Amino acid sequence: MTMREVYLDHAATTPVLPEVAQAVHEHLVTAYGNPSSLHRFGRRARSAVDQARERVARAMAAEPEAIVFTSGGTEADNLAIRGVARRAGSGHIITSQIEHHAVLHTCEALETESFAVTYLPVDAQGRVRPEDVAAAIRKDTILVSIMAANNEVGTIQPLAEIGALCRERGVLLHSDAVQAFGQLPLDVGALNVDLMSISGHKVYGPKGIGALYVRRGIRLAPLMYGGGHERRRRPGTENVPGIVGLGMAAEIMQRELADRARSMAAVRDQLIRGIGETISDVVLNGHPVDRLPNNANFCFRYVEGESILLALDSKGIAASSGSACTSGALEPSHVLVAMGLPHDLAQGSVRFSVGRGTAAPDIEYVLSVLGPAIDRLRKMSPLYAERAGGGPRAGGTSLEG
Amino acid sequence: MAEASAYTDKVMEHFFNPRNVGEIEDPDGVGRVGNPVCGDVMKMEIKVKDGRIADIKFMTFGCGAAIATSSIVTEMVKGKTLEEAMAVNNRQVATALGGLPPAKLHCSNLAADALHKAIEDYRSRAKPAG
Repeated sequence: MTMREVYLDHAATTPVLPEVAQAVHEHLVTAYGNPSSLHRFGRRARSAVDQARERVARAMAAEPEAIVFTSGGTEADNLAIRGVARRAGSGHIITSQIEHHAVLHTCEALETESFAVTYLPVDAQGRVRPEDVAAAIRKDTILVSIMAANNEVGTIQPLAEIGALCRERGVLLHSDAVQAFGQLPLDVGALNVDLMSISGHKVYGPKGIGALYVRRGIRLAPLMYGGGHERRRRPGTENVPGIVGLGMAAEIMQRELADRARSMAAVRDQLIRGIGETISDVVLNGHPVDRLPNNANFCFRYVEGESILLALDSKGIAASSGSACTSGALEPSHVLVAMGLPHDLAQGSVRFSVGRGTAAPDIEYVLSVLGPAIDRLRKMSPLYAERAGGGPRAGGTSLEG
Repeated sequence: MAEASAYTDKVMEHFFNPRNVGEIEDPDGVGRVGNPVCGDVMKMEIKVKDGRIADIKFMTFGCGAAIATSSIVTEMVKGKTLEEAMAVNNRQVATALGGLPPAKLHCSNLAADALHKAIEDYRSRAKPAG
């Protein structure tokens, strides 16, 4: 008998949709031409890339010419931030403390060059305050980079407000929308976003493909040097199968967005409710309402995140934990720490991210496993034995009572 | 979590079936190491009889490695003399589990330290009585 498996780690990656996989396969095996070639094989590939560009553009209400295909979200973030910075030569960048490492580490690297960076704090629900962005803008600010929604706790950022004030102040705005794309309607014009990163494998497309939206008129220094591909913004023979896959996935995401968001939020809320009813001393991290429809992130007090993941994995359930072992110390998630959660509580965080295939029985199964697993770990925990019975101290929404 | 998949079968076996979990009523020695801020807390309690560890129990807050090292060290020293138990070190505990992922060798491998503290606690209590 095979073990029941429930995948609740869609924020890490998603399965490729069968029709997307088929299109990718076709462009690996049959329509394999190089889009730069003059002959019919090349023209076929070029037209596939053009079509994919239109599809990706449409999914964010952009012009096709504004889409630059990259190797993924990380490269898109690097191209946006380093592209703007290197083009400017020097200046000031504003970002937040809860960005993905693709943004944070890029900004940190620029600090070793002739750039200054402000890392804005967030509130207890993980939201950047637009007034903080406004206050941080200096004469020499060249770029603001704020994610559309957070990857760990799912909190949706007030991007439209930030976009409006950046536009008013004449500062470029980049947004890492890797998690939000396909889950929230994103209109680059309405949001006043100048640069926006997306990734294929978070939206049921292949890994190794992403895109950067670059508003018309913005010049970027390239990350790499080579041919004149992607309007001289990203050299290298196009990843045609990946591009086709991303285009198709983007179109499907766009088409079914409202329905999918509703159905994902329904099972996600079933999980939140169920955990609140069956497990004590739990905190829901992130914003209670303004969060991605697929995300539920909890701290289970008195137990550590990895041990929960191991217990879930042994029953076929996939989730993820914010904490990670580095040299010599267990580091809690930088996002939870920025939200003001105490380190000991942040150690017990677990992220569940549902997907388009997650159904009510999956959640029931998870709930049947999770309660006993937490109970078993708590019986082993000296912190649980010594607990003073205090309520949650900071950061999230208590699910008790 | 790459670390999790890097665990040996023996680590997983101890994680899922930990030996000697719990607390001892009226222990002769208690040792506690770590703090929740750095990720792991281990508490060892011992009962000593005729210079040997007659009983030992642990309570651990931490990752899979922290729980497995706590469990196996109780097995390694139960019935041993205090001198023998003092000679058990963290490296031997990791070896007994078939190894630990490199990232876990320091932060989550404190079980022997907790044991040694429990023995020291026993000895410090025993001293004034003669």
